[in-house]
Amino acid sequence: MAQIFPKWTNKAPLYSAVGAGLSLIVVVGLVWYYASPWYTDVGYRPIQPVPYSHKVHVRDLGLDCRFCHTGVEISPVAGIPPTKTCMNCHNMILPESDRLAPIRESFKNGTPMQWIRVHKSPDYVYFDHSAHITAGVGCSSCHGNIAEMDVVAQFKPLSMGWCITCHRNPDDFLRPASEITNMTWTPPANQAEFAAKQKELLDIKAPVTDCTGCHR
Amino acid sequence: MSILNKHPQRDSAATEAIGGQELLVTGGHSFSTLTDKVSGIVETKTPPKWYLLFVMAVSGMMVLLGSIGWLVWEGTGVWGLNNPVGWGWAIVNFVFWVGIGHAGTLISAILFLLRQQWRTAINRFAEAMTIFAVISALVFPGIHIGRVWLAYYMFPVPNQMLVWPNFRSPLLWDIFAVGTYFTVSTLFWYVGLIPDLATLRDRATKVRKKVLGFFALGWRGGNRQWQHYEKAYLMLAGLATPLVLSVHSVVATDFATSMVPGWHTTIFPPYFVAGAVFSGFGMVMTLAIIARKIYGLEDIITINHLEKMNKIILVTGSMVGYAYMTEFFIAWYSGNDFEVFAFVNRAFGPYAWAYWIMFLCNVITPQIFWFKKLRRSIPVMFVASIFVNIGMWFERFVITVTSLSRDYLPSSWDYYSPSIWDILTFVGSFGLFFTFFLLFLRFLPMVALSEVKGVLPEADPHHYHHHKGGAK
Repeated sequence: MAQIFPKWTNKAPLYSAVGAGLSLIVVVGLVWYYASPWYTDVGYRPIQPVPYSHKVHVRDLGLDCRFCHTGVEISPVAGIPPTKTCMNCHNMILPESDRLAPIRESFKNGTPMQWIRVHKSPDYVYFDHSAHITAGVGCSSCHGNIAEMDVVAQFKPLSMGWCITCHRNPDDFLRPASEITNMTWTPPANQAEFAAKQKELLDIKAPVTDCTGCHR
Repeated sequence: MSILNKHPQRDSAATEAIGGQELLVTGGHSFSTLTDKVSGIVETKTPPKWYLLFVMAVSGMMVLLGSIGWLVWEGTGVWGLNNPVGWGWAIVNFVFWVGIGHAGTLISAILFLLRQQWRTAINRFAEAMTIFAVISALVFPGIHIGRVWLAYYMFPVPNQMLVWPNFRSPLLWDIFAVGTYFTVSTLFWYVGLIPDLATLRDRATKVRKKVLGFFALGWRGGNRQWQHYEKAYLMLAGLATPLVLSVHSVVATDFATSMVPGWHTTIFPPYFVAGAVFSGFGMVMTLAIIARKIYGLEDIITINHLEKMNKIILVTGSMVGYAYMTEFFIAWYSGNDFEVFAFVNRAFGPYAWAYWIMFLCNVITPQIFWFKKLRRSIPVMFVASIFVNIGMWFERFVITVTSLSRDYLPSSWDYYSPSIWDILTFVGSFGLFFTFFLLFLRFLPMVALSEVKGVLPEADPHHYHHHKGGAK
């Protein structure tokens, strides 16, 4: 009986099996890297209507975070300052600057500045800044070293897995109240000891890890 | 099956068959007439009747797709679900279809291991029925979640949320059980098809030859190939056998592990398995009776085979009936008020009509098969098989709905009735099933040719000696 298929087809099953295996690995690898919030979200850096520089205001001039973000210790939202906060200084400092024109415009008309939000959490997530600050989690743990940023960029993925990882084991991220706004804080050698004391002192139970902790 | 030929007991059985026992294939068929008969079905021009049925089946499938489309667009509110009854027809249909599959695996794997050679007449299309029934079943878990784009939550997929399915939940085991079942059944079916695909290939020309040649995997029917093949087939049968018991046991635990009265019983797994085999044989009967009539396969699927299947229906039907009564006894014996109420409510509550349809179809109907005359009457068994199908669907309805609609809190009691979309989805699932089944009848050999040839008297090594009077 004549052969139906040419001889090279003997190798076809082997090649297809190897090819399929390799493609699977490549696809998993691509999804693993490119579909992760570490890739899709970290580094988000929108251009703001006014080129406000945290680097200048925080690092060079030494403003405290809470000077503008007044709600951070007492409410769920840290808060974006109203134009009036800007004008406290800028009606004296650089009052003629072109770059500040939108701020003066806003102040004159009473229309708020349309800042573009960088750190977003979905509307089905309940997140409370004050709870985290009170427990001893500092600004830079989630936002990175804002003091070195001319334009603010997202520093962490803010994915659920990232939240949960810290909620399950927060010890490395707890600091004394005096260090909360320190942008360059790193855990000291005796961090484990401190974390244990801190949790006892503040009577912190383990952070919630069940669904309703954040999805209320 | 030549692997069996090596066993002395098989030889003596075959010799006996010649010496007076009924033959498995009647009509004086030889190897070549069998090949012509079975291959001929898929090689001749498509009969107009087939087109008519296919159009009906595809229309049914479109109804299913349309209903699913509307469900996805609008949400599960289009179904008749209400507050206590959160599991409605979707679950009923899922269990119904998965159960039907079990007969195919029982016939192909367990009867193979038990050397019941009459299985060869029906195993191929019973296995096909299994696969298509499982496909129809799998539609329902996929859509019942409402937000189908989140169906991947059912699988343990690593994800950025670090969220996993609950590994202690039988609903997750279900995914694995049915997934494994589908994979093994498909493999088993395909491996069984290889020699027959090669037979068809050798009779075909041109593109058809190439396509069949591709799927026949270079099968030449050599001695060594048969040796490997039969080992593979035996191993797959061994793998498939526990699945007959495990899949529906797991489906049963979906119910049994919850605290709902009427579900929370240890009898559920064996009772579900018996019911599954019962319902599956009902479906095999329905399909076999029609197929053998239309395609003239009376010589291969003989009345003796049908009678044997009726005996299995009688046995499993009686097991199901026994389970119903045990449930009542245990409900009374437990002394648990909620349990007693659940069962009294089943038989005499608002769903009594469904309960008694179930009882009549599943418990009374199979009892007619105590009589040989009825066991061998085609019209009787056809009607009975339809009743079995209906009864087993109602069993799942009764279990799912009666318990939920009357749970611990009388304030939340409610009566469940399906919406038009529930009904269309269910009807449409038959369209899906028959679309696959008709394609199978049209393009693949519906009888396992090589296996049927193996049970012909000529396949016995001593056949010719015997005829010359030399074997004994």
